[in-house]
Amino acid sequence: MTITADVADVAISIDALHVQRGKSPVLHGLRLTVPRGQVVGLLGPSGCGKTTLMRSIVGVQQIESGTVTVLGQPGGSAGLRHRIGYVTQAASVYDDLTVRQNLDYFRRVLGAPAGDTQRVLEATALTPQAERLAGDLSGGQRSRVSLATALLGSPELLVLDEPTVGLDPVLRVELWEMFHRLARSGVSLLVSSHVMDEATRCDRLLLMRDGEILFDDTPAALLASTGKSDAESAFLEVITRQGPPTPARHVLPRKRPGHGARREHS
Amino acid sequence: MNARRLFATTGRVLTQIRHDPRTIALLLLVPTLLIGLVAWIFSDTTVFDTIGPAMIALFPFIVMFLVTSIATLRERRTGTLERLLAMPLGRGDFLAGYTLAFGGLAVVQASIAVAFAVWVCGLEISGPIGLLLLVAVMDAVLGTTLGLLASAFARTEFQVVQFMPVIVFPQILLGGIFLPRDQLPDVLHAISDWLPLSHAIDALNDVAAGVADYGPVWVDVAIIAAWAIGAVVLGSLTLRRRTP
Repeated sequence: MTITADVADVAISIDALHVQRGKSPVLHGLRLTVPRGQVVGLLGPSGCGKTTLMRSIVGVQQIESGTVTVLGQPGGSAGLRHRIGYVTQAASVYDDLTVRQNLDYFRRVLGAPAGDTQRVLEATALTPQAERLAGDLSGGQRSRVSLATALLGSPELLVLDEPTVGLDPVLRVELWEMFHRLARSGVSLLVSSHVMDEATRCDRLLLMRDGEILFDDTPAALLASTGKSDAESAFLEVITRQGPPTPARHVLPRKRPGHGARREHS
Repeated sequence: MNARRLFATTGRVLTQIRHDPRTIALLLLVPTLLIGLVAWIFSDTTVFDTIGPAMIALFPFIVMFLVTSIATLRERRTGTLERLLAMPLGRGDFLAGYTLAFGGLAVVQASIAVAFAVWVCGLEISGPIGLLLLVAVMDAVLGTTLGLLASAFARTEFQVVQFMPVIVFPQILLGGIFLPRDQLPDVLHAISDWLPLSHAIDALNDVAAGVADYGPVWVDVAIIAAWAIGAVVLGSLTLRRRTP
């Protein structure tokens, strides 16, 4: 897993990343590379550090040490802010604005052209709901508004934190198709999920557990190297091969104090 | 700071409020109704002429403080602030956008309160009404900016509500409503000289009394403005893009 690829082919490269939330370390010396123009899945159980990793990539997470390079610039640089689309786990939209008003506001903040609102409405199949208040929509529709916001301004990198949670199967398939369409047009995507059966939809997989990347390759390679037929049991096999955890790092995701309240931290 | 993003934020905040008619009604009418209540309580006395100007300072200030601090806290808790800070929105654009939106509401709110106090409650204003209105608006804007500052420190609704007794109540107690400021113990008098609400109340009293020289009133207005600007600057310095 050495970082040898040309900078032009790499969307994200992270080395020796240490992040602490509250008093407990969440990421301890994490390193990874995300290639450009692919759909990379970040899979792992709840609480393993996926959100913290994604927050570090988009530059809203305080980090202890390590380097995060995104699209050739240090993570969190001002120059990156209009090149990355970020979808938080909870749909971060204004409930007291209509779908169109939400998108128009974020579009103006990004300085994207006026036609962009209609483009992302169509891409996420939200045109029929455009004039409804976001707060009146279903959970799945609200998270699509959040996703539509991230598509504004045609970012080069999309960081999507569990974008398919709570969506019906038909819509989920449609979204994955859209992710691959975007990747073919050159966009890099990092998509997190705790649902293992989504693993096979990715071009590449990062299996994460307790703040560390256990596996980084294609879904086919995962199945081949473990001799399993589905992603879930392959993931279990990868964990088993890691051997028992060191005392400092529990195997099971722990409930950390303040963890559930992470969005309230200032 | 970027004008396009600042005005986009102002427009967005006002659109949000437009979808909530009850908040508009509360925001615009509550200070006026409270001034009316005070006038009614003292209707058989001459007290209202003495404390009426202070009431014009007090109620809009408190209401604007509360509304603004909760609005921005809600933004933090729903994750929209995190999204905005991952976008090219300056922290100054965000806070100034809010100040402008709520400042606009403050103009309407203060106008209604002043008109009601003068023409319905019969508050005697010897000085120019326009200057009285200016001070009242500045005072409501001050409430807005202190609310923005408080919400930069608060992480929960519980905390932000408790910032009110911390930031607002001492200013009321020392502002000269309960006891004229020059009769306060020396230390408290000195402290009250530094508090912006004291200057708002002084200025409104001067205009109501129709003093010969309005120079000190302009000094009061400048002090209130300095506090308001200082609160926004300090707020934007404490607002962090990266959070733990």
